[in-house]
Amino acid sequence: MPVFYGTEVASRLMLGTAQYPSPAVLADAFRRSGAGIATVSVRRESGGERAGGDFRALVQELGVRVLPNTAGCHSVREAVTTAQMARELFGTDWIKLEVIGHADTLQPDPFGLLEAAHILTSEGFRVFPYTTEDVVLADRLLDAGCEVLMPWGAPIGTGLGLTNLYGLRTLRAQFPGVPMVVDAGLGLPSQAAQALEMGYDAVLLNTAVARAGDPAAMAEGFARAVEAGRLAFEADPMEPRDMAAPSTPVIGTAFLS
Amino acid sequence: MSRRIAVLGAGVAGLCVATELAARGIAVTLHDRAPAPGPHACSWWAGGMLASDCEGETAEEPVVRLGRAAADWWQAQGVPVTRGGTLAVALGRDRGELARLARRTANHVALDADAVAAIEPQLAGQVRQALHFPHEAHLDPRAALGTLRAGLAARGIAISAEAPVGPTVDCRGLAARDRLPDLRGVRGEMLVLRAPEVTLRRPVRLLHPRNPLYIVPRGGGVFMLGATQIESGGRGPVTARAVLELLSAAYALHPAFGEAEVLELGADARPAFPDNLPRIRRRGDTILVNGLFRHGFLLAPALARMTAGLICEDTKPEMMDEDQAER
Repeated sequence: MPVFYGTEVASRLMLGTAQYPSPAVLADAFRRSGAGIATVSVRRESGGERAGGDFRALVQELGVRVLPNTAGCHSVREAVTTAQMARELFGTDWIKLEVIGHADTLQPDPFGLLEAAHILTSEGFRVFPYTTEDVVLADRLLDAGCEVLMPWGAPIGTGLGLTNLYGLRTLRAQFPGVPMVVDAGLGLPSQAAQALEMGYDAVLLNTAVARAGDPAAMAEGFARAVEAGRLAFEADPMEPRDMAAPSTPVIGTAFLS
Repeated sequence: MSRRIAVLGAGVAGLCVATELAARGIAVTLHDRAPAPGPHACSWWAGGMLASDCEGETAEEPVVRLGRAAADWWQAQGVPVTRGGTLAVALGRDRGELARLARRTANHVALDADAVAAIEPQLAGQVRQALHFPHEAHLDPRAALGTLRAGLAARGIAISAEAPVGPTVDCRGLAARDRLPDLRGVRGEMLVLRAPEVTLRRPVRLLHPRNPLYIVPRGGGVFMLGATQIESGGRGPVTARAVLELLSAAYALHPAFGEAEVLELGADARPAFPDNLPRIRRRGDTILVNGLFRHGFLLAPALARMTAGLICEDTKPEMMDEDQAER
C-alpha cells in the first residue's frame, strides 16, 4: 500500500466528501469503497464557533485519515491561510494544496502553487500539491519539500479521465520513487484502473462517486477498478504489438477442412 | 375532559402539528419565545416550493411520496397555493444536467424552445430546453405560517412564551440539539428581489454543477432566490460569495434581474439528521418532531398527521425510530 510522508495508508482509493446527497450516503460510500483517506474542504467553514463542526465530526467518524484541502483558493495567501486553519481544525499537518489559476478549467496556478508549497513546507506542513502533469513543475515541487505529487487526470468535475496519457506516463517514469496520486477528472472506474496500470500509487476522486445515482455502488466500482489496475501493474503487463501473435502455434497443426 | 398537549416551537413543524392536533379536538397550547412566526425560525427563510418530484433527484424515496399530499393540505388550511408546476432549466454547457435530472426523477415533461416560450414567455430564446414538473406547486411561506397562526388563534390558541407543562411535542428545530445529538445544521442563504420587469409564473430551477439556483415568484414582481446548501450550523449573515453566486445565476437566466432591487438577504441553518430525512421520536411524555432539512413546507403536513395519529390513535408513524435511546 502507498506510503505518504512515512504513513502507510490502507487503500489506493481516496475520496472527497463534497456533494453527496446526505452524510448517510457519504458514510455508505466510504464503507463500500474501503477508501483510506477522506479529503475535506475547509474553505466555507470559517464562520467561527460551531460552524462546520457537525460535518467535521461526521467526517472524523468515518474512521479514515483526513486530508484537508484548500479547494477553491485562487491565491497563495488564501491557500496558506486555509491550510493554517485546516491544521487547527483537523489537527493534522497534511494538506492537499490547491491554488486555482483559471476560472473555467480550474487549472492549478503553477507559480502560485510552488510559492505556497515553499511557504507551507517551511511551516512544517506535509504538502500534497494538486498539480498538472508538467515534469518541470513536479521537479520544483519536490525541491520545495513536497514528497507526494497529485497530477490531474482532467479538469475538476469533468469526468473526462486521463486526457494526457503521454504527459502522465512521462511524469510517472521521471520520478519513479515518488508517491503519485491522480487527482481530479476521473468519471469512471476504468479510468482509475488505467491510472493504476500506469504505475500511479492511488487515485483521488469526488464528483464521480458523489453525483452518481447510487454513490455507494459507484464507490465500490472504483475500489475494484483500483485493485484491478494495481494487480495489472504489479503483474508486469505484456507489451502491445502490431501483428497478431496466436497463443497456440499454427505450424504443425492438422488442417481439417 | 379533552387531552392537553403542548407544542413547543412555532415554526412550520410546530404550527402544522398544533393545527392537526387542534383539528382532532385536542386541547393544544403553543409555546415559543417569539410571539409570532419570524426570522428566528428557519422556515421564515424557506422557498415555499412544494417540489416533491424534483427533490427526488437527491432525496430519499419518502420525501417524494410524503410530499405529494402537501399542496392539498396547505390549500385545505386556507393558504393560497399556486399549482403551475416547476420548470427546470440548464444553460449552455450545462445541458447535460437536464438529462441527469430527467433520468433520476419522474412525472416530468420535456419542453423544447417553443414549449418553454408558451408557458414562460420571458424565458423564450434564453432557455431552449427544459423539464416541466406539472404536479408541483408553490406557496408564500411567511403567508402560510401566518395563516396557520391565525387559524390557531381563531380556536383560542395563542403563542405563549411560557415553558410547556405536561405532554409535549418538541418542534424546536435545531434548538433541540440538546436532546437530539445526531441533529446537525445545514446552512442556507437566500435573497429577495423586486424585479418588476420579470414575469415568471412558476418556480424555475437553474441546474448547474456548482451553483444550482431556484427562483420562486412571490407575486407583485417579488422573487425569492435560493438557496445555498453548506455543511455548517453557522447562522451568521449571508456571505458575499453566496450573493455573488445566486445573483450571477439569476442574471444568466434573465438579464432583467440585474436591474432588480435587493429587498432582503437571509441566512439560517436547517435541522437535518444524517440521512436528511425527518424523524419522530418519543422520550417519556415528549414527542420530538425534527430534521425537516430543506423540506419543511413539503413534509411538515405529513409529519404533523403522523404525530397526530400517534397521539390520538397510537398508530406508529412511518418516520418514527423508537430504538434511538437518549444519549
